[in-house]
Amino acid sequence: MTIFIFKAVLIFIIFLISLGIAAYSTYAERKVAAFLQDRIGPDRAGPFGLLQPLADGVKMFLKEEIIPTVSDKWLFILGPCLFMVTALMTSAVIPWGMPLEIGGKIYKLQVADLNIGILYILGVVSLGVYGIMIGGWSSNNKFALLGAIRASSQMISYELAMGMSVIAIILISNGSLSLTAIVESQKGLNWNVFYQPVAFLIFIICAFAECNRTPFDLPESESELIGGYHTEYSSMKLGLYLFAEYINMFISSAVISCLFFGGYNFPGLDYLNTVLPVNLVSLISIGILFVKIFFFIFFFMWIRWTIPRFRYDQLMRLGWQILMPLSIINVLVTGAVLTFFNK
Amino acid sequence: MNSQIIFFILSSLSLVSALFVVFSKNPIYSVMWLIVCFISIFGHYLMLNAQFLAIIHLIVYAGAIMVLMLFTVMLLNLNKESEPHKSPLPKVAAIISGGLLLLVLLAAMHSGSLPGYISPDLTDTGYVQKVGIKIFTDFLLPFEMTSILFIAAMIGAVVLAKKEKH
Amino acid sequence: MTWIERLYLPAIFQGLSITIKHLFKKKVSLRYPEVKRAFAAVYRGMHVLKRDEQGRENCTACGLCAVACPAEAITMVAAERKKGEENLYREEKYAAIYEINMLRCIFCGLCEEACPKDAIYLTDRLVPSEYSRGKFVFGKDMLVEAVDQRIDISKRKKVYEI
Repeated sequence: MTIFIFKAVLIFIIFLISLGIAAYSTYAERKVAAFLQDRIGPDRAGPFGLLQPLADGVKMFLKEEIIPTVSDKWLFILGPCLFMVTALMTSAVIPWGMPLEIGGKIYKLQVADLNIGILYILGVVSLGVYGIMIGGWSSNNKFALLGAIRASSQMISYELAMGMSVIAIILISNGSLSLTAIVESQKGLNWNVFYQPVAFLIFIICAFAECNRTPFDLPESESELIGGYHTEYSSMKLGLYLFAEYINMFISSAVISCLFFGGYNFPGLDYLNTVLPVNLVSLISIGILFVKIFFFIFFFMWIRWTIPRFRYDQLMRLGWQILMPLSIINVLVTGAVLTFFNK
Repeated sequence: MNSQIIFFILSSLSLVSALFVVFSKNPIYSVMWLIVCFISIFGHYLMLNAQFLAIIHLIVYAGAIMVLMLFTVMLLNLNKESEPHKSPLPKVAAIISGGLLLLVLLAAMHSGSLPGYISPDLTDTGYVQKVGIKIFTDFLLPFEMTSILFIAAMIGAVVLAKKEKH
Repeated sequence: MTWIERLYLPAIFQGLSITIKHLFKKKVSLRYPEVKRAFAAVYRGMHVLKRDEQGRENCTACGLCAVACPAEAITMVAAERKKGEENLYREEKYAAIYEINMLRCIFCGLCEEACPKDAIYLTDRLVPSEYSRGKFVFGKDMLVEAVDQRIDISKRKKVYEI
């Protein structure tokens, strides 16, 4: 029974952390944007503007809730809910750190250690399209519909290359699909990024596309589609869409850290294990993972304020004609090297 | 006992959602209910301890094929109230083919024997390694044939979609 | 383009390095209400109607400023100085009403150049914000400097050499 309580507490904490990080990502986004443009950014609410997300949240809640009369009411409400649910569900298979020891029992810091962990993430991400599509269609607005169609075709296209690049990772980490096993196979500085730079490049480009982040933010490109799929949304329903996007960013940063940068591993972890108590090492490993995650969140923002948006045909060409063949070749080469040189 | 309860919940969910697929007036709702149906089938796979098949089912059907369906339905003009009068021929054909399918299924159920209940905890047929080994040993020929079929379909689609140069 | 250029990756890294350099640069923003930007000596802000050393209004309502004004923001009504008002107005004619519509004004400074009597100057003060349009029509009560609160325009006073 204690395992259930532990898991429930863990899920609760992960939800809180996801939402908190999403909230502070909005603040970080504005701060990073400002700093990269030689500005200061929000600094009025609280010290250094740290209460800005709170102010934004209150503003979101107090805005008028508008459901267009020509829209399909139920689907209009369902859209943001689905998007949020799928965004939060992805965090279930990520190993957040070394096991904790509470009352003589060992608890894994992972909600579910599925043996298909990475496929689970791909599956849930592929379901995330529905939130956008339904929201865009039910708004009964041509810009929303165009945004939704762009979002879905973009996500489907980049999912393929993403899956193919993951196959290479699975090949070099003993053929296991479980995220725990993939992380465990990267002890020390034995990170996958050093063995699979091409897969990393493909994966991170696809992650940008899946999160609808610049340079691939065509579904909501404000200069052509007003707000894209959330043009008609207001109040907290819009808030859910924006929030879920930041959660997606957080989760994809976590997945990138786990797949390519060793997750909670760092050089010297084994040594620390022998000298420090288990729980302290566990906390340190969690901290290390979060440092990596924060770096990638920063990287997402850094890219956003550096590279301009792609044109839609360029996006499709990059996905299908460059990343897709490249990832297949990568898998072939990895397989060949493993077969002939790694006996 | 627990798994039986879950089984009944899942089964009723899949049946009810399948019925909604057929009876929904709005095609978008049909697609949505079909997704619910697929997710409940995903649950069935999980109950059988076939995690790999379950997730592949989710990714391929719920994640990709239904998106394409939704895509098509969304681009239709659903506001058109009056559809042009259609001949009853397709309906008759549909009834006949559906009836034939039912017959085949009934015949199969009648002649074949259902295997006894195996606790899913004891089997690991659905695991990635097992499925992979099966595909690349016992079912290699059908697997490769399917891939050739897919490539043929893809090339066909490309040829059809490509505009003729004047 | 060469093969390397067609990859675009070097260009992307170059761009990233440029943006990351800006992360550590000195920020140019000022935190406004606490820190105020220094005005240029010849900043063209809200107008002032000057008085002379004895506290008499310089303006004689000649109307040259209104003629010069490209935005037609200035209107005035002239009046004759009465007996006993010599300490108020420098010359026999003065502006009974002098109004500048601050929403029309484009702060070009042509009125200042047109004025033969050193009466109107633009200052480094900002026009305060209001809630209604009517309040932006500034009359003499807003424009004429108070006798005990002179506004220094010595830095912008042009000395013409003839």
